[in-house]
Amino acid sequence: MKSTIKRLALASSFAALAIASSSAQDRNLTVVSWGGNYQDAQREIYFEPFTAETGIAITEESWDGGYGVIAAKMETRPADWDVVQVETEELALGCADGMYETVDWEALGGEDKFLPAAVNECGVGAIVWTTGLSYDAEKFTEAPTGWEDFWNTEEYPGKRGLRRGPKYSLEFALMADGVPVDEVYEVLGTDEGVDRAFAKLDEIKGDIVWWEAGAQPIQLLASGEVVMTTAYNGRLAGINKTEGTNFQIVWPGSIYAIDSWVVLKDSPNKDAAFEFINFASQPENQAKLPEFIAYGLTNVEAGAALAPEVAAELPTSPENLEGAIALDGDFWVDNIEELNERFNAWLAQ
Amino acid sequence: MNAVSARQRGRAAVLIAPLVIFLGVFFLWPLWLMVDVSIRNDAIGGAFPRTSELIGSWDGEGAPDAETQAALVEDLREASQSTLGAAVRTLNSQVSGFRTLMGRTATAARDLEVGQTLDLVEVDDRWAEPRFWRAIQVSVAPYTDRNLLAALDLERADTGEIEPMPASASANRLIIWRTFAIAGSVTLLCALIGLPYAMLAASVTGWKRNALLLAVLLPLWTSLLVRTAAWFILLQNEGIINKTLMGLGWIDGPLPLIFNRLGVVIAMTHVLLPFMVLPIFSVVSAIPKNLMPAAASLGARPLRAFWRVLLPLSMPGLLAGSLLVFMVAIGYYITPALVGGPNDQMISSVIAFYALQTANWGMAGALGILLLAVTTVLYLVYGRLSRGGAPTGA
Repeated sequence: MKSTIKRLALASSFAALAIASSSAQDRNLTVVSWGGNYQDAQREIYFEPFTAETGIAITEESWDGGYGVIAAKMETRPADWDVVQVETEELALGCADGMYETVDWEALGGEDKFLPAAVNECGVGAIVWTTGLSYDAEKFTEAPTGWEDFWNTEEYPGKRGLRRGPKYSLEFALMADGVPVDEVYEVLGTDEGVDRAFAKLDEIKGDIVWWEAGAQPIQLLASGEVVMTTAYNGRLAGINKTEGTNFQIVWPGSIYAIDSWVVLKDSPNKDAAFEFINFASQPENQAKLPEFIAYGLTNVEAGAALAPEVAAELPTSPENLEGAIALDGDFWVDNIEELNERFNAWLAQ
Repeated sequence: MNAVSARQRGRAAVLIAPLVIFLGVFFLWPLWLMVDVSIRNDAIGGAFPRTSELIGSWDGEGAPDAETQAALVEDLREASQSTLGAAVRTLNSQVSGFRTLMGRTATAARDLEVGQTLDLVEVDDRWAEPRFWRAIQVSVAPYTDRNLLAALDLERADTGEIEPMPASASANRLIIWRTFAIAGSVTLLCALIGLPYAMLAASVTGWKRNALLLAVLLPLWTSLLVRTAAWFILLQNEGIINKTLMGLGWIDGPLPLIFNRLGVVIAMTHVLLPFMVLPIFSVVSAIPKNLMPAAASLGARPLRAFWRVLLPLSMPGLLAGSLLVFMVAIGYYITPALVGGPNDQMISSVIAFYALQTANWGMAGALGILLLAVTTVLYLVYGRLSRGGAPTGA
């Protein structure tokens, strides 16, 4: 994007920063994750035990995602992050752009130790999480069972929460319109399919509360601002545990996605970084995660080692996978800009 | 004499040098980068040098000739991942689908044995569509106005003429107008509340003045997010305001105070009020206290005295405050996202989408330039007004 001369100029004008980054060689292994109680759990089961076992100190950071952040970091290499947990699109985009180190799957015990969807040439799957229709079970005699009910404002009057943006909204709209779950991305890949999804969203446009941060839908449900909303399953299970609420998720028609560990290209701590990922992928370490937060595990052995009642709450349990689909990262990588513009135009109409 | 003044000037220059360098490095240079990134278009030429040379002669019908196609394959084999990444980002923002198309083709090109040729349509049948090739063709030029046009919902037709995008494709212009409408109403509200408040604060002394100023300053010391979240709690359907009103029996159902324009304007007015009160306060407190009694002694009623004496003298503060509030308001992003509805999204959130989500810094820069241009114009107008309107020697 920028010429070498300009990058040099930039570097020299930030002389002080350049000096700071030249000591990158001896900075700690820097691990970046999603913050909040998820990162608290990671600290307890991954970060601290890893340091105790290997003596490699870890500096933690948090981020909120977004490929632009990674791209900006990598304008000056090596970046000051080593290991980052990324979402599906950031993995696909960064892998195509050469932002990540290639994973040596043999060193991790072989690809067959992991769920197939967790294996990527640039990243190692860390968790499986789901977005789905959620509601407060205390407030219904007859609970909603699918996206048709989400669109049925007569039987279920009140506002609905959706994540602002075309991602997820369009898929769920098509499901509500009767598209079988395994054909959703096929239909969405055509212009008519996109028109159909927006037309379906039109039906409940006035009833939607759009949320952006993952904590918002929980708050909306708790305050009664909405009768149902899309939400992340880990957050729901978490609030049920801490606040004693009875928030439920409808598994059929939900969309799951995998977050992966990646190592940024040219990291000075590359070896330690992969050692850490290996540590965090071991079945005995991964299996401790669901105690804290209801995310599915990517290591097959770890998943199998869980108690049945714990496993039943996770997106990876066979019953919960029934009728659920994986987020299509390729589709969104290709279409997010165009559909986001169209989404903004549709909102403004 | 001249030598002395030259030396003095030299010393002055040295003294302000840190400030100039600071402004240059942290203000002008990033600004220039923003302008540059929105019009520069060297990613394609850098990643596909051979294709760039040949595709100019393509007539735009069907797919280009075999030589051009072979050049693209060769470019894909040679291009480093990072130059390719930037090029694909540029192309994909013009025609959706380039991401997977280029990814697939680049893999096929790298796997190619020496001497073999690659049938691009066989790799992916999208290569038979002229629109993908046309995107490469128009992107060869080193500079482009595409981002600036797209920021205003305009695009170039295949013939090269500028035409509006279809209404369903983009809403930047509308979002920009909305941004100004929200910023304008917030400024007006701040002025209506801030002016009397600042005059009141200036008219009292001692602990009363301190208490009034502290009430304005305190929110300024709290995080923006916390203040916005507080409004969220107050304004929601089951919030304090609605519960109180319903408890008093004044209303039957909750008033829609949140997730709409009203909520955004209330929250932003509260957050930005200090920027209005403080400039007015500093001006009003410098106005001699005996001017109002003097006006009254000459026969002016209080309202007339206010209108003809106090208000004109406070004008510089009011103008400065309005400018400050407006300029800060057009950049707002968190407050509309948290307490606004679907039609209260402001332009910063669109900029953040391009900058953070898709790394399309060209579009982010173009929208940023648009905001900057408007702010500059406003500043010039303010300069005019404050020179013409401000009485001297108050």
